[in-house]
Amino acid sequence: MSIKKLSQTAMNDWVAALIRGHRVCGPMVRVDRFVYDLLRSPADLRLDHDVTTMPPKKYFLPAASVMLTYTKDGKFEPVMDAPPMVLFGVHPYDVAAIAQMDRYYTQDRVDAHYLARRKNVTIVACDVQNPSQNVFAACMGTATVREGFDVLLTRVGDDYVVEARTPAGEALLAQAGQQPDADPVSLGRRQQVWQDAQKLLRRQVLGCSPRDLPGLLEKSYDHPVWKKKSEECYSCGSCVMVCPSCFCFDVQDDVKWDLATGERKRHWDACLLTGFALVAGGHNFRKTRAERYRHRFYRKGKYLSERCGFVACVGCGRCARACTSDIANPVDVYNTLVEDQ
Amino acid sequence: MTAVASTIATPDLYLPRSATVVSKTMLTPAEMQFDVRFDNGQDLGHMPGQFAEVTVPGVGEAPISISSSPDRRGGFDLVVRRAGRLTAAMHECPTGAKLGIRGPFGTHFPVDGAMKGKDVVFIAGGIGLAPLRSAIHYVLNHRRDYGNVTILYGTKSPPERLFVDELAQWAGRPDVKFMETVDRPDANWRGNVGVITTLIPKAGIDASKAVVVACGPPIMYKFVVVSLYAVDVTDEKIFVSLERRMKCGVGKCGHCQINGLYACLDGPVFNYADIVRVQEAV
Repeated sequence: MSIKKLSQTAMNDWVAALIRGHRVCGPMVRVDRFVYDLLRSPADLRLDHDVTTMPPKKYFLPAASVMLTYTKDGKFEPVMDAPPMVLFGVHPYDVAAIAQMDRYYTQDRVDAHYLARRKNVTIVACDVQNPSQNVFAACMGTATVREGFDVLLTRVGDDYVVEARTPAGEALLAQAGQQPDADPVSLGRRQQVWQDAQKLLRRQVLGCSPRDLPGLLEKSYDHPVWKKKSEECYSCGSCVMVCPSCFCFDVQDDVKWDLATGERKRHWDACLLTGFALVAGGHNFRKTRAERYRHRFYRKGKYLSERCGFVACVGCGRCARACTSDIANPVDVYNTLVEDQ
Repeated sequence: MTAVASTIATPDLYLPRSATVVSKTMLTPAEMQFDVRFDNGQDLGHMPGQFAEVTVPGVGEAPISISSSPDRRGGFDLVVRRAGRLTAAMHECPTGAKLGIRGPFGTHFPVDGAMKGKDVVFIAGGIGLAPLRSAIHYVLNHRRDYGNVTILYGTKSPPERLFVDELAQWAGRPDVKFMETVDRPDANWRGNVGVITTLIPKAGIDASKAVVVACGPPIMYKFVVVSLYAVDVTDEKIFVSLERRMKCGVGKCGHCQINGLYACLDGPVFNYADIVRVQEAV
C-alpha cells in the first residue's frame, strides 16, 4: 500500500476530488464547536479540530433509523439504508471506538443493519493536531491507532503523510493524482507525532492501566462514589449520547396516518435514563440514580471487557464536557476508586 | 471491517415472521391465552423456558415466554397478562389478527440435561406458571425420563389461578404430586392458605435426587431459595427464570443486563449457582 506526501494544496485538491465523487463527511465548525457533517468544500474540513461534540457513531448507528416497515396484516419488510460514504478526519480514539462497535455488533450474532452501514463507510483517520481539554486517550491506549481505518493522515509541518492501508483506501488515495512518496524525513516526523501523541493526549491522567479497570470495579460495587456522584445526576443521558463507546438502543414503532402501515425504528437509548430497566407492570430493576450511574461504569469498565474483550472507553473526554453536573468524568471516578482501594 | 468482511448472507436478527392468532382463551380476568401459528406452517422450534419477541403491528414488540411444550406441533401458546400498551392490544385483537414473531430466544429449562432422570420439583408463583407450563407438559409427555414429579403452585387469590382444568388434571394424576396454595382465600376456597414457601417443607423433597425449576416474581425467589436450603437443596440443583426488558432478544440493545449477564442470551433460565452472587439478579 502507498504512503504519499501531500502538500496542503494537494490535500485540498484531493478532498475536492473526493467530494465530487462521494458523499464525504468530516469535522467542521458549527458555532463554537466541531461537528461531523457533510463536507461541501475542502474549506469546510477542519483537520485541526480538537474533538467533535458527537462522535462518528451516528454514521453506523444513527440516533434514529428505520429497521423495517410493516403492515397491519403482518407483512414485514427489512430496511437496510446504508448510503456509501467517506468519513474523513477521524481521530484515533474514535477509530478505536468504531472497532469496538464492530466487535460488539458482529460478535456471536451479526447485526445486518449495522454491518450494511459499516461496510459502506471508508474511514480516513487523522492523527490529532490539537488535544482537547479533557482528553486522556493516551491513558486508554488510543492516542494512535494501527488498524481499523482505510487511510491515515498525519500532519508533518505544512504537509501531510497519507498512508493507504486497505484496497478501498488505496482507491481513495489514487484520486489525489500523482503525488510523491513520503520521504524518510517525513516518515521520521510522523513517528515523532505518534510519540508526542502519547504525551499530548494525556490532559487528564488515569491512575491505573485500563487493563486494571475490571478488577478495580470488581471490588468497588459498594463504594460511596456511586451514591455521592449520582446525587447530582439529572438522569439526562448526555454522557451516553456523546460517548463513542455507548451503543445501546431502544426500538419503537411509528404508525403512518393510514393506521395500516408503519415503520419500526431503533433509537439511541441510555442506561442512565429512568425507564431503561423498567418492565411491564411497573417493576424497575434499576430504580435509583446510583444504580443506573454505577451500571454505566460497570458495563463499560467490566461487563463489556469480560464479554467482548475491550474497555468501552477510549478517553475522548466528551462525557466530561457534556455533563451539566460535572459528575461524568471517568478519570475522576476511576481515580477515586484507585485511591481508596 | 476486516474481521467480518467475509460474512456473505447475513440474516436479519430483527425481522419478525408473520403469524396468526388462531384462538384466544380468557384464563383469568387479567390473563389471556393465545394459540399462535406461523403463516408459513413452520414450528417455532423452541425448548421449554425460552421466549419469543412478539410484534403487534402498529403497537410494538415485547418479549413473551412460550407456554406450550415443543411436543405440540403446528402452533404454540402464549399467555399474556394485560400489563401495558402492547399486552392490552393483544387482549383486544380479534381472532385471525396478525402478529410478528422473532425467536425462540434464550436458555431453557434443562429438560434434556440436569432434570433428566431426576425428581423434578416445579415451583410456580402467579403468572410464573405460564413459562413453567411448557416444561411441565414436556416432562409429563416424557414421563418415564424423570423420577418423581412435584408441582407447587401459589397465587394471590383463587380467581388468579391459571389453567384451572389442567391443575385439576395434574392433581388427579397418580404419577404427579400437585400442591397449591393461595395467599388470600375466598369463601369457596378449601385448599392451602399461605405463601408458596409454606408448601416446600410439606412437599417431601429428597434433596439427593431433586432438581428444582422455579418461576415467579423476583421477590418469590428470595424466599423460595431459603426454604429450599432448609430441605438441603443446593444452588446447583435450582433453576430459575428471570424477567427483564429483553428488547432485542439477541444481546445487542443492552436493556436486559443483570450486571454482566444478559437475560436474553445467558438467561432467562439460570442455574442459581451462577447468579447467587450476582447482585442485580434476585
